[in-house]
Amino acid sequence: MKFIELKNVNKTYSTGVTALADLSVTIDKGEFVFVIGHTASGKSTFIKMLYREEKPSKGSVIVGGVNVAKLRNGRVYKLRRKIGVVFQDFKLLPKLTVYENVAFALECLGLKASEIRPKVLKAIEIVGLKEKTRSFPHQLSGGEQQRVCIARAIVNEPKLLICDEPTGNLDPETSKEIMKVIENINKEFKTTVIMATHDKEIVNRMKKRVLLIEHGVLTGDYLKGSYKSHESV
Amino acid sequence: MKVFRIIGRSIRDAFKSVFRNFSLSMASILCATITLMVVSISILIAANINDTTKSLESELSIVVYIEQDATSDDITFLKSKMEKIENVDKVVYKSKDEWKKEMSEYNSSFSTIFENYDSNPLLDSFSINVKDAASLNKVAEQVRKLDHVKSANYGEDAVGKILSVFDVVEKVTVIVVISLIFVTAFLITNTIKLTIYSRRNEIEIMRLVGSSNTAIKMPFVVEGFVIGVLGSLIPVIVTIYGYIIAYGKLHGYLITELIKLISPYNFVFYVALLIMGLGAIIGMFGSLMAVRKYLKI
Repeated sequence: MKFIELKNVNKTYSTGVTALADLSVTIDKGEFVFVIGHTASGKSTFIKMLYREEKPSKGSVIVGGVNVAKLRNGRVYKLRRKIGVVFQDFKLLPKLTVYENVAFALECLGLKASEIRPKVLKAIEIVGLKEKTRSFPHQLSGGEQQRVCIARAIVNEPKLLICDEPTGNLDPETSKEIMKVIENINKEFKTTVIMATHDKEIVNRMKKRVLLIEHGVLTGDYLKGSYKSHESV
Repeated sequence: MKVFRIIGRSIRDAFKSVFRNFSLSMASILCATITLMVVSISILIAANINDTTKSLESELSIVVYIEQDATSDDITFLKSKMEKIENVDKVVYKSKDEWKKEMSEYNSSFSTIFENYDSNPLLDSFSINVKDAASLNKVAEQVRKLDHVKSANYGEDAVGKILSVFDVVEKVTVIVVISLIFVTAFLITNTIKLTIYSRRNEIEIMRLVGSSNTAIKMPFVVEGFVIGVLGSLIPVIVTIYGYIIAYGKLHGYLITELIKLISPYNFVFYVALLIMGLGAIIGMFGSLMAVRKYLKI
C-alpha cells in the first residue's frame, strides 16, 4: 500500500542550485528505507520535503494521501503531527528534563496532563531510558540523548518516522543500539521509517531498501540493498 | 477545552520562562522601565503645557459694544443671535450701568468724569467666549455684521501672535511624545528579539512536533505582555507618587501663577494606565514580531 509518492520532483533553491531533478519514487506503508548519497547530493532536501521543511519547485509530494507541495503554511502543523523527526544533533531543550522534553511534543498539541503522562512514559520505555526520566540532557551521553529525541518523535504515535543521520554523532557501538531501537519501532508499530545516513556499516548489515541519490538524481533503488552494490559511493 | 489548555499553558510557560531566562528577561524589563519612564515624564510635561495653553486660550474673549439707541428687546434678540453663531461658547451681557459702577469703584477719577454727564456715556456690552481660539476672528467678523453692533474686538494682533506660538508649542510637544513612544517601541522590541533569539531552537522544535503557529506565538505574546507590564511598574509608581508630591510641593503652579498644573487626581491615573497599556502592547507586539521571524514556513 502506497504511503509516500514523489512524482517528478524538482527543487531549485533561490541561489540557483538544483538540489533535486525529476525525482520519482514510491514508498509503502511500514517500509524501512535508507537514503544514501554524498554530502550535498540532495538527500537532505529529499528528507526535508517529506515533512514540508522544503517545498518542491515542481512536481508533487504525497505523504499519507496529502499533497505536501500544495499544503498551505497554516496547515503544515497538521502534517507534522503525523510525522516524527529524529535529528543528528538531537535538538533537545537543555532546560527541560527527559520527561519534559518528550512531554513537550504533546503539550504543544494541547493534550490533557492525564493523557500525556502514560504516553510519555511508554515512549521513554520503548527507547530504554526508564531510569533517566528526570535527568537533564547535559547529564546524558550522546546515545542517550538520541534516545530522548526518538522518544519525542514517536510519542504521538506517528505513521512516519524520519531520521536525518541519527547516528552521525555517535560511535559504532552506540549507533548499533540506536538502530535496534528504530528497527523495533518499525517492526512493532508498523511505522514507516525513512533514514538518511552515511553509515556504511549500518546499511550493509540491515539489508533494507536503499535509495541512492547522486547530484540530485535518484540513481539507484535496491531492495535489500547495501553500499557494496555500488562501491562508488 | 483544548484551546483553554493551550492558553493556560501559555500563561504558565510565559511566567516560567521569564524566570528561567532571568538575565535576558531582566534586560527587556529594564529597557521597558527606562524608556517608559521617559515617555511618562514627557507625557506629564506635554499634557501640562497643552493644558496651560488651552486655559489661556479659553480666557480670550471678544468684547462687543452695542449702539446707544438699541432697545432692550434689540439686545435680547442680539444675544440670541450671537449665541447661535458657530463655535460660540458663552455670551455674557454687561449693561452700561454696571460698567459705570465698576469703573467708579476702580478709580475715583472716573466718577468725577461721569458726574459731568447727564446720562451714562458708556455703552452696553457683551463678552463672547469661543470654544476654539482659532475661530476668534471668524466669530468677530460675523458679530460685526449684526444690527446694533458698534464694534467687536479681541486684541487681534497680540492674540494672533500668542495663538501661533501656542500652536507650535502644542504641535512640538505632541511630536516629541509620539516619537518617544516610537523609540520606546523600537528599543523594547529589539531587546525582546534578543531574548527570543536565544530560544529559536524551542520554536523550531515546536514547529516540528506540530504546534500550530498560533500555539507557538501565544506563550511568547503572553511573555511580552508580562515583560511590558513588569517594566511599566516602576514608571507607573513614579508617575503617580512623583506627580502628586511635586504638585503638593509646588502648590499647583509651575514657576509663575500663569502656569497652572493639572490637578493630579484622575489625571495621574490616566497617565499611569496609559503607560502600563503602552508597555503591555509594545511587549506583546515586539514578541509577536520577533517570533514571526522564526516561523518561516
